[in-house]
Formats: sequence, structure tokens, C-alpha cells
Amino acid sequence: MKLLTGNDLSTGDVVWWTGRDWSRHVEDAVDVGGQGEAILRAEEGARRVNVPYLIDAEATEQGPRPAHIKDRIRALGPTVRPDLTLKPADADAGAWVI
Amino acid sequence: MVDPITVNTNAGETLLRFRDDVVHDEPAVTLDAFLGQTNATAVRLEAGDDARELLPHLGQIALVEISFPTFRDGRGYSAARILREAGFEGELRAAGDVLVDQIPHMRRCGFDSFAPEKPVDAATLTKLLALYPQPYQKAADARVPVWKLRHG
Amino acid sequence: MYRYDEYDQSIVDARVEEFRDQVERRLSGALTEDQFKPLRLMNGLYLQLHAYMLRVAVPYGTLDSRQMRMLGHIARKYDRGYGHFTTRQNIQYNWIKLADAPDILAELATVQMHAIQTSGNCIRNISSDQFAGAAADEVADPRPWAELLRQWSTFHPEFTYLPRKFKIAVIAADEDRAAMRLHDIGIQLLERDGVLGAKIFVGGGMGRTPMIAHEVKDFITADHLMSYLEACLRVYNRYGRRDNIYKARIKILLHEIGVDAYRDQVEAEFAAIRDLGIDPPLAELARITAMFAGPDFASDAPDSVDRSDPDFAVWLDQNVAAHKQPGHAIVTISLKPIGGIPGDASADQIDLMADLAERYGHDELRVTHAQNIVLPHVRKADLYAIWTALRDARLAEANLDLISDIIACPGLDYCSLANARSIPLAQKIGERFAGRQRELGELKLKISGCINACGHHHAGHIGILGVDKKGTENYQLLLGGSGAEDVSLGKITGPGFDEDGVVDAIERVTDRYVALREADERFLDTYRRVGMQPFKEAIYG
Repeated sequence: MKLLTGNDLSTGDVVWWTGRDWSRHVEDAVDVGGQGEAILRAEEGARRVNVPYLIDAEATEQGPRPAHIKDRIRALGPTVRPDLTLKPADADAGAWVI
Repeated sequence: MVDPITVNTNAGETLLRFRDDVVHDEPAVTLDAFLGQTNATAVRLEAGDDARELLPHLGQIALVEISFPTFRDGRGYSAARILREAGFEGELRAAGDVLVDQIPHMRRCGFDSFAPEKPVDAATLTKLLALYPQPYQKAADARVPVWKLRHG
Repeated sequence: MYRYDEYDQSIVDARVEEFRDQVERRLSGALTEDQFKPLRLMNGLYLQLHAYMLRVAVPYGTLDSRQMRMLGHIARKYDRGYGHFTTRQNIQYNWIKLADAPDILAELATVQMHAIQTSGNCIRNISSDQFAGAAADEVADPRPWAELLRQWSTFHPEFTYLPRKFKIAVIAADEDRAAMRLHDIGIQLLERDGVLGAKIFVGGGMGRTPMIAHEVKDFITADHLMSYLEACLRVYNRYGRRDNIYKARIKILLHEIGVDAYRDQVEAEFAAIRDLGIDPPLAELARITAMFAGPDFASDAPDSVDRSDPDFAVWLDQNVAAHKQPGHAIVTISLKPIGGIPGDASADQIDLMADLAERYGHDELRVTHAQNIVLPHVRKADLYAIWTALRDARLAEANLDLISDIIACPGLDYCSLANARSIPLAQKIGERFAGRQRELGELKLKISGCINACGHHHAGHIGILGVDKKGTENYQLLLGGSGAEDVSLGKITGPGFDEDGVVDAIERVTDRYVALREADERFLDTYRRVGMQPFKEAIYG
């Protein structure tokens, strides 16, 4: 599957395209199929996202899992500071990244 | 001159000029053409051209236009200073991908005329030109560097 | 220390307003990201993996307790309670909001700090020796010259759109604590016939094509330093490559045209501009130098230290250096606790270090290029109290220049350029060698998470380069580099490893070193004597 991701222009937060809007949680991301480029241009033009790009991901039971480690680290947070990730209470969250 | 005069040229360009003489309307020729045909009075330098080749001929030149193919290409800043340091007093025009935030630095390097590809916001430019009370360095403009203010 | 006058302050204040306006124009859409990016980078604002990152300048690594506390305040108020000290003596914050950046800069300006030119294709923060003004071996304090350069390079109108970034370091001792010859321009102050002047090296750097800077000018006096450097920069600005970002640094220009041709061009340019009045008068250097006169040291400070606490004695031997003034010492506070994140400090730790500087250290702190903090002027009699306070804050690791005193870039945990994580590897190495690091002696280990070499892997006695091997992290090992006065570039041992594999490989290298070591040779000395082969055999069998 293809996901669309970028950063929020004002806050810099990592965000994922949900089909209607942007979410900080990769679990909310949807497969954009062949529509990615068009959504990307429209959303960037409207400054609802900054520096968006398309990535490959795998659909899993827990939700989409980006194919590249860099995007998995973006999705979770720094592996060396679990307290600062989106899942500070989940001791196994780091395993999802590696 | 603090604020520029906006001039629309015959060629349809919009110029921002920090000088009040008449716009030189002879088309600028390339450096190669100029060096081969020495009666031209306006020259256009591409970013990679050597401005020093013009130095023997400055007396006959009224306009040097320096091209900025992208705003990231900073060679033209050096070309401008070289011409001013050699005493060139004609019009020095920055043309191409010139952004409003760059114009104050270009002014300091000796440019006194601008032909930006995309229009620049006049209010922003006015604000930027008045922003810094004094510079740290001596450059090609008349602004007095901080060390001179400190030590006279 | 340097203190702003009204001119300096007005320039920094104007910069805050300029940037506030640029941010507003970006948020309103008047600027595209492509146009805004170089503007924000010239104020140290990046877009990284998780958020914006702001790099704040610590000019030549010197700051006072008030400035240090401001760094802690910013960590608390605008970030997530910590900051990361960098290899260019700056600090960066990882979780910044674009809309907050102007307010942060405004707060910094109240303590004479800024983020000017901490990124971008311009002249970056000037770095220097962290022991400046305290070291016994310096011919002069290099910081007045660095401050002169700071002012000259700040918003230099001609050199703001260079082919690539430009880094300058200034030192004034034969011992090089600032990796001077791995800078685009390295300046070494020296005295000749009673006159202080500078030897100029050009074309060093790390990155994907590491090179050691060449001597370009034997001796230049202060009255022509600026015009000479303008000549150096102008030749680069005009002829440095702009067709390929990876070949755009000045080192490539020198490599392609040769150092002699570069020198000739600089001399021709220098001849054209040296009498144009570009150089500030010597009175300006004198004005700045007076502000670096240094504290009034107690002349009767006792020179002996009670070593009866064995843990303290270990730290004393490892992290405390000789001061030029009897009864005084230079303390290096390690930001490399075993298992910690190299260079990171919490807001509370930052405050504590500020308190110690204020109470015991004549109100001065330094940031080192090895990502540690220095208290340059403390009385020996206060060392035990300082150590006790540091120990309670987990800042007393006695590992300066040992294998766990690792330089590491943020790597893939934070950086959008990285190919592999650096920090977890640093943590594993620290844990593996903690028990025997003193036995291994001085061993500088440096890790970069990509070829850009922010972690100085080329200059590590042992260097590690993280690469992306078909989507997984892989690490290459290098041996034999040095960023000090015996500067050299490390060589790759052979095929790379996974994370655990590279830690094992380092252990085999260090075991072989211990077996081969003669007398008190450092690892680097042994490597230089025996070459790569014995270590290759140890690693790959």
C-alpha cells in the first residue's frame, strides 16, 4: 500500500493522510493508491501539510507499517527515548520499529 | 536612496531602481559579444562570467546586468563587488531569480537596480531595507560598519 | 567574556524581527517551502524526522551561567526538557514548533544569544579551543580573533549564498582541541618576532570526501586578516562547484585546481582588496581582547587536592586538566554517561552546570567539539564539591577521551538525512567497555549515522559509519583517524556489520591492541606502528 506523510507546517508534527484529513497516528493512515501525487499537491498548496511525500507500507493487523525504518521511526518517535514516543506506555513499541 | 523607484521598461520589464538617472535602453550584450565589439555600453554577465574582464572597459559601460539563474547561486554578489571596487559607477542590475529577502544584501554588494522574475512585495522590501541599523562589515555601499562607529 | 554593546544588540534584535516576519510570510503562504528553507536554515531551523529542530549558536563555545540557564529555560518551555550539544559547540533542540521559533530567538536575544548562521550555505558559527584562556600551552586567547570573525561573518553580504556551508575554527596552541585542520578554514595563532599573527589552512573537512586542510598562508597579521579571508572566500564563491552538491565544498575546489593555484588566486584577489579599507582597525581587536582579560584568579589558591575518595581520584585523573594559573584547574563535565545519549543534557542538568559555573567557576562554561561541557576556571580546593554535585546529577562519568566518551551524531533517531541509528550503538559500546575503558587508555571513538560525517567518524581513532544496506542498518568500521594536532583520516577495515557485529569487532580490535601495545602506546600509536593488517586479521579472521 501507499501512504502519504509529511509534517505539519506550523508544529512540525509528523502527520499521515487519513483520506479526509491529517493524523499524527500512522494507524489512521489510508492507502492512497494512485491518487497520492494529486492529494499531495492539493494539500501542500493549501499549506495543510509541509514537505509531503509518498511511501510504501505493508497492511498489518495493527494497521499500516511503513516499509522503511526511517518512516517507522517517524511514526513512533526516537527509539532511544521511549518516553517521548507516541506510545510511552507500550514497552514493545520499539520492536515494531526494528 | 532608501526606497526604489519602480520603472516599466520598453521591453516590458519592471525595474526597481535605486538611482534617478534615465534608464539605459540599449540592449545588454553578452560578455563575449562585448569583448569582440567594444562599442557597446550595456553588458549582461552570466553567473559564471568573469567580471574582471570588464575592468579595462568600465569607462564606456553604462549598465551591467548580472544574471541570477537561481536565487541559490551567489556568484553575482562577488561580481558586483568586483565592479564597484574597481570604481564602476554605472547601473548595476540584478536580473532573474531575485527574492525580496536578498535585495538588502545585494544593495550592500553594489547593485542599484533589480529586475526580479517574479514581482517583489514593496512593503516587505521597504521594511527589510530599514531593518538593520548598521552592518558589521564594510562593503560596496556607503553604509558605515560598526567598527567604524566604534572607533571613528 | 565578550559583552554586546548597543550595536551588537541592535543587530541581533533586528534579526529576531526579520525572522518573525519571514515565519509569518511562510505561514501565510507568501513564501514557498523552497524559498523559505534557505531563510530558516540561515537561522538554524531545520525540519527533521519528528519536528522542527533549532540549532542555537554558542560562539566559539563560550557562555556564562545566565546564558546557560536560558538554554535550560528554552528546553523546558519550548522543547521537551532537554537539549543536545553538538560537535560544532552549539546546542540543538529537537521538538520545536515553527510558530514558536521567533519567540525563542527573542528570548535568546535578551542574553546576547542567537541562532544566526548555524546552518545554510554561509559562514557558520566560528569554533575554537574549549580551553581557550585557561590552557597552559596557548600563545594567546584565540577567542578575541574568533569574535572578530563572528562579527565579520555575520550577515556578510557577499557570502550568504556560497556553493556550500563554510566552517572556520581558530586555535592558539600546538595541541589542537578543535579539529582545526578538518575545517574549511583553520586558523592557528602564533607569534613571530613578538607579533601575533595567524597561519591559515584551507580545504579541510569531513563529509563524504574527507580532506585535511592545506597551509595556504604562512603568517598574516590581524590588520589584514579580514581582507585576506575575504579573498579566500571570494575565490571560493566564484569558482567553487555549484553543479553537484557533493562536490561543492571548498576542499573539492582546492583538490581540483591544486593548492598552489588556489593560493595564487587568493593572493591576486588579496592584492586587489587589501587596501580598500575592509579591515577593522587594530583598536577593534584590542577592544575585544580587553573583554577576554579573564577573571582575577586568587594568587594564594592551594595547589594540593585531597585524593582520599577513590572515585573522586579517578575522575580527577581523567576529567581535570592543568590550568595556567597555580591552584586552579579545568574541569570537563562528561555528557557521556554509560548507556546515555552522547551530548544530551536535561534542563535540570543544564541549570546545575550553570549553578556550578556561577558558584565555583568565575561564571564561565564552554562547549567542546566532543560534546562535553567545560568549567574552565575552578579552584582546586573546590574540585571535590563540584564533583559531588556532578555525581548527584549523573554528570560525573570519569571517561574523558576514553572509549565511552563517544562523539555521536543524532542519527536515524532524529535526523532526516541519517541512514542508520548512532545513539543505540554508542550506548551498547559504552556498556560493553565500561569496565575496561581505563585499561584501554585514550581511545577516541566517533559514530556517524550517514556519510555526511557529523559524528566525525573519519577523525576517530576508531570510527563507525552507519549505512543503509537494502533497508537495514549496517555499520562500517574505520581505524586510525585523528582530529587533533596529529590529524589523520581513518581507513575502512573491510565489510560492514550489524549493530551487535560492530561492537564485537571493536572488542576484537581492542583485544589485539592490548596484545600488541608497547609501553604506554595509545591505540592510535599502536595502529600507526603496526598498520591495518593485524587488526583486519583480528576482525575477519
